[in-house]
Amino acid sequence: MKIFEPEIVAFCCHYCAYTAADMAGSKRISYPANVKIIRVPCTGKVDAIHIMKAFEKGADGVYVAGCLQGDCHFKNGNTRAKYRVEQVQIILGDLGWEKQRVAMINMSAGMGERFARTALEFTQTIKQLGPSPIKITHTDINQQAIRF
Amino acid sequence: MKTESKLEKVLASGALAVTSEVGPPRGAIPERVRQKANLIKDHVDAINVTDNQTAMVRMSSWAAGVIIKQMGLDPILQMVTRDRNRLAMQSDIIGAYSLGINTMMCLSGDHAKFGDHPMAKGVFDLDSIQLVQTVQKMRDKGKFQGGADIDTPPKMFIGAAANPFADPFELRVMRLAKKVKAGADFIQTQCIFNLDKFEKYMEMVCDRGLDKKVHLLAGITPMKSAGMARYMKNKVPGMDVPDEIIKRMAGVSKEKQPEEGIKIAIESIERLKQVKGVHGFHIMAIEWEEKVPQIVEKAGLFPRPAL
Amino acid sequence: MITAEQKPLNEILDYISPYDRIILVGCNECVTVCAAGGRKEVGLLASALHLNFLKHGRTVEIKEITLERQCDPEYAEELVSEIDRTDAILSMACGCGVQTIAARYNEKPVFPAVNTKFMGASVSQGIWEEKCQGCGDCLLGITGGICPVARCSKHLLNGPCGGTSKGMCEIAPDVDCAWCLIWERLKALGMEKRYEEIMEAKDFRAAGGGGPRRIIRKDLSL
Repeated sequence: MKIFEPEIVAFCCHYCAYTAADMAGSKRISYPANVKIIRVPCTGKVDAIHIMKAFEKGADGVYVAGCLQGDCHFKNGNTRAKYRVEQVQIILGDLGWEKQRVAMINMSAGMGERFARTALEFTQTIKQLGPSPIKITHTDINQQAIRF
Repeated sequence: MKTESKLEKVLASGALAVTSEVGPPRGAIPERVRQKANLIKDHVDAINVTDNQTAMVRMSSWAAGVIIKQMGLDPILQMVTRDRNRLAMQSDIIGAYSLGINTMMCLSGDHAKFGDHPMAKGVFDLDSIQLVQTVQKMRDKGKFQGGADIDTPPKMFIGAAANPFADPFELRVMRLAKKVKAGADFIQTQCIFNLDKFEKYMEMVCDRGLDKKVHLLAGITPMKSAGMARYMKNKVPGMDVPDEIIKRMAGVSKEKQPEEGIKIAIESIERLKQVKGVHGFHIMAIEWEEKVPQIVEKAGLFPRPAL
Repeated sequence: MITAEQKPLNEILDYISPYDRIILVGCNECVTVCAAGGRKEVGLLASALHLNFLKHGRTVEIKEITLERQCDPEYAEELVSEIDRTDAILSMACGCGVQTIAARYNEKPVFPAVNTKFMGASVSQGIWEEKCQGCGDCLLGITGGICPVARCSKHLLNGPCGGTSKGMCEIAPDVDCAWCLIWERLKALGMEKRYEEIMEAKDFRAAGGGGPRRIIRKDLSL
């Protein structure tokens, strides 16, 4: 049987999580290759629709990694992001999906190890949940699913 | 005399009036109405019949009122504007009057949220003051609210409620004045526990000369327990229960608390008898009607005047 | 503005599941401002619907269009070019918009995706409160700019009732007593005397009691 390797999208704030990922790299701390990082100027820039589109395009899990509470470079972008993540959790819940497929995570720029550990833990969570419900019936969704 | 109402006659005679209430049953049990009325019939001048009180469905107040009337007693028809529009209310007034009911109370009613049908649409086509106006217009002008003539108008002695304790206090006398202006003949107040505040209120009422225009019946509720006192203080909107009362209730043993509650009620009546503008008492013994005679007797309000 | 809230997803799915091609129509007016049915919410709902159908192995074509004003026949016309290629319309506008679309496209089923709530105003970001019930005979000029019809739980015109406590309504501790607000405002304006004038029973014909209401402006109509 083929081992399930989830596809995970991580929206990472330029001021913290993205720098932390960099640090993990320079310290040679490895983290799962399943995690695809999208750099954003602030997690406050991540809207619910961005998370939703990631799922539509086949992501098995999505997380938003922003600064520690109270440390947002733009005051409260990470708090807004948290609410948007919760909004998507509600939508996923309504659809009968596991809410754990989306998460909000906070860290500072210096936390290279935390970045790596978080990536690993989230990947394990998604591995346990299994593939996105989309894939159960669609093997090659990237081609046929989204028609605008 | 504006009406045939016994309550009006008692009040006109200068005697202190006594009223109490009967809550109709939540089912087709006319005996229950008779039982409750029988407990208090010799000790009151008239009996309020509540109208879907606390927004719970009950036997209609006019039907229960007719049962009481058939016993040779004098019901006061309570009517809330929550459940019916102006057509329904006016037709019920004519109907009740035709069956011998000549005294009524005009109320807006508890919000449906508190009852057993919170999903119901509150009507509130009129408010309590507009209902007072309507009943007065029917009686004195012989016209319906809409303006048409009534063939043989119902002559109701008109009551309204007042809560001297709800916020804002400064507005309470003005609101009473509004009810009097609308045509209220008598007022029954919310339960009075804070006598100091009530006396202050009555001073303001008399300063405005309202005591000359309306008969005010002070609301008295005996407490069954310290728990009930606390509940009324904390949970019932617009209720003012001073801490001393709670302390006094809690200061005696559980078995003695009902007795203490009745004692407090009697003392309150004795004190309020001296207050200018108080023309009687409305005793609301909630599910405790059997204690009304004792309170009336011990407060020196018995026997009731025979008219 | 007219406020609205999205319906439960299950109800929306029940409406549209028989169809393969859907137009999801938003509105740029009130429902955009109250974040219930503007372009953004159209995108989010479309995405949620996609996710749902993909889970069931279906691909449903969802065309996202947000009209300038759904309650205006002029803008409803903008769907003409798409209408033949759709099986159903899902509208995120208020009830007025849904009906305008339904009236224009008689042959296509039109479903509401939001519950129209009330005429309200924003009290702070993300919070809207009911302020007006469109009674057709505005009283604000004599009630200190606070509406008892919309904001008193019992619509009392001669309030407050006996249930008010510390300026709050008896129905909930976080609902202002409209009549306490009116009184405070009248005091601030030095108009306390006005309180004692009895407000007569309202003529509810203006409020819709006379049947569906209509405004005709001869100077504007064609």
